[in-house]
Amino acid sequence: MDLEVQGRVKELAEQYGKNDLVVILGAPNVDSCVVQFETVTRGDPTYAGPLAGIGLGLKAFHVFEPEVKTIIDPARYAALIETLELGLEAEAIVKALQKARSAVN
Amino acid sequence: MSHLQPVVKAASAILIHSPGLVRYGSKPSREIAARPSRLKELLGRLRSFAQAENYLPNDVFLGKQSPQRLFEIDRPWFNRPPLRANESLPFGELVEEERFLGLLAVADVFKHVHLLDRFWEDVKPRLDQSRLCKPLVRVVPALLTREQLRCEIDRGGGLPLFVGADAEPVGWVRHGNAEDGSLTAPILLENLCCKVSAALAVREISHQDSKLRVEDAHFVLSCSEEAVGDRYQRGGGNLAKAIAEFAGCGLASGVDIKDFCAAPIPAMVIGAAMVQSGVVENVIVVGGSSLPKLGMKFLYHLEKGIPVLEDVQAAIAAWIGRDDGKSPVLNLAGVGRHPVQSGAGMDQQLKAIVVEPLERLKLDVAGVDKFVSELHNPEVTIPANGGDVPERNYRMLAAVLAACGKIGRGEIAEFMSKKGVPGYVPTQGHIASAFAYLPHALRGLTQGELRRCFLFARASLFLGQMTQLGDGMSLLLERHPQAISTGGVH
Repeated sequence: MDLEVQGRVKELAEQYGKNDLVVILGAPNVDSCVVQFETVTRGDPTYAGPLAGIGLGLKAFHVFEPEVKTIIDPARYAALIETLELGLEAEAIVKALQKARSAVN
Repeated sequence: MSHLQPVVKAASAILIHSPGLVRYGSKPSREIAARPSRLKELLGRLRSFAQAENYLPNDVFLGKQSPQRLFEIDRPWFNRPPLRANESLPFGELVEEERFLGLLAVADVFKHVHLLDRFWEDVKPRLDQSRLCKPLVRVVPALLTREQLRCEIDRGGGLPLFVGADAEPVGWVRHGNAEDGSLTAPILLENLCCKVSAALAVREISHQDSKLRVEDAHFVLSCSEEAVGDRYQRGGGNLAKAIAEFAGCGLASGVDIKDFCAAPIPAMVIGAAMVQSGVVENVIVVGGSSLPKLGMKFLYHLEKGIPVLEDVQAAIAAWIGRDDGKSPVLNLAGVGRHPVQSGAGMDQQLKAIVVEPLERLKLDVAGVDKFVSELHNPEVTIPANGGDVPERNYRMLAAVLAACGKIGRGEIAEFMSKKGVPGYVPTQGHIASAFAYLPHALRGLTQGELRRCFLFARASLFLGQMTQLGDGMSLLLERHPQAISTGGVH
């Protein structure tokens, strides 16, 4: 996750509180998703950005995950996201995030 | 068919094994500056010429093997015994570093590149014996004795040149103007590498088809990645003209086409349009090599204990001319563009440059034998956590085609093996973006069983930070109608 985005997430968490914030991830592969998930939960694993050593413990889901899909208008989802879901390793992304989440909990 | 119908008469491919220049790639030079011990690690993992020569992806690039072999032979492809070539005439040759450094000095009309006199004595006969290189050697380059070379290097302000991991320098590139950031030694070296590799690819066209003489070329379009200019106009150009001059295209003028990695496709389209409109009789489209991309992933390769695989520069050239009754047709009615309003999404981009032209031509997926886009060698990118680029992109293309009802969802998984090409091309940006496949496409459309090849390329314009958009363009190459009866469905 780039440094600017890390800084923005940190600001938002301070402004709205960790409990009222959910991070929606959109990374296109498993590796990036897992790193992004770790960054907003346990802190920046590369120790390079504003979230280095800061475990915000935010709730985070990928846009392909059922928890997110159910709250998006199906027509909009079909128009904007479904093709990407078909073309990317969506299943592996969802599984990797479920596994990462269970490790945190 | 109108005699102005543009056809692609020949295409060539050149590889340059340049291990000694890997240190001057963008990533290696930055890493070595930050941590000088990296240079020793890098030098310890460079490949020999024989290793580069026996490398399957390089064989495929040069047309000694068909791309299909990459589906058949498991990775790793490095450190394997050589395979017997299964194709007759290669598309070009693998040039070794010594000859290339000699040509760099010869191509430098401003004499900023100096060679060690003894090195030139060794290299000159090798250049003279090469039918590809000899016509390029029309002057004697600037030479230095060992002592003079040592003095230049001690004085600083330039770059020493080496062969592979040899410690003894064989040349020196000095700044064109130390106060001009566009004419420093690294920039001049980058531009000269591009110029020389492109000129080699242009010359090679005549070896592919002896009726095509570079002296008869009317126009050269360079779609290379360099930026030639000065401090008042970075990227002013025109490298195409310099390539034409060095390659011996006396009748030609030229111009550069820029579109990041996608540039070869718009260059082909513009070249074909110039022929079809009658502006010129023929156009050579050429993409020279990219020095900055050497060793781009070298840290990952060191970490994984594999050779530094990004040790070759690559160039491609194609001759577009008027209809000759046999060469593959460049169908300008099938050109796909990526309009601004399509936005930055990959799916929208693919709809614009692939689906829309197919619909315009009323062509279904079954009517196209090969869809060709980024063909980066996965053996380079996977160790660097970049995945298999072609595989990922074919899956996305298949998903877009499925979403548009052009193929069934059940066909997504097998789309690449049926309609695609596996990755084999050095990570040289524009060369890897469909352009490298052009010689194979011509072979398949003339001697093989291909009927139509759909080439498309995409550009990451956002890297230049002037827009968040990307770009893309596509073109359709078709077997000549008079040659249709000799082929079948592939």
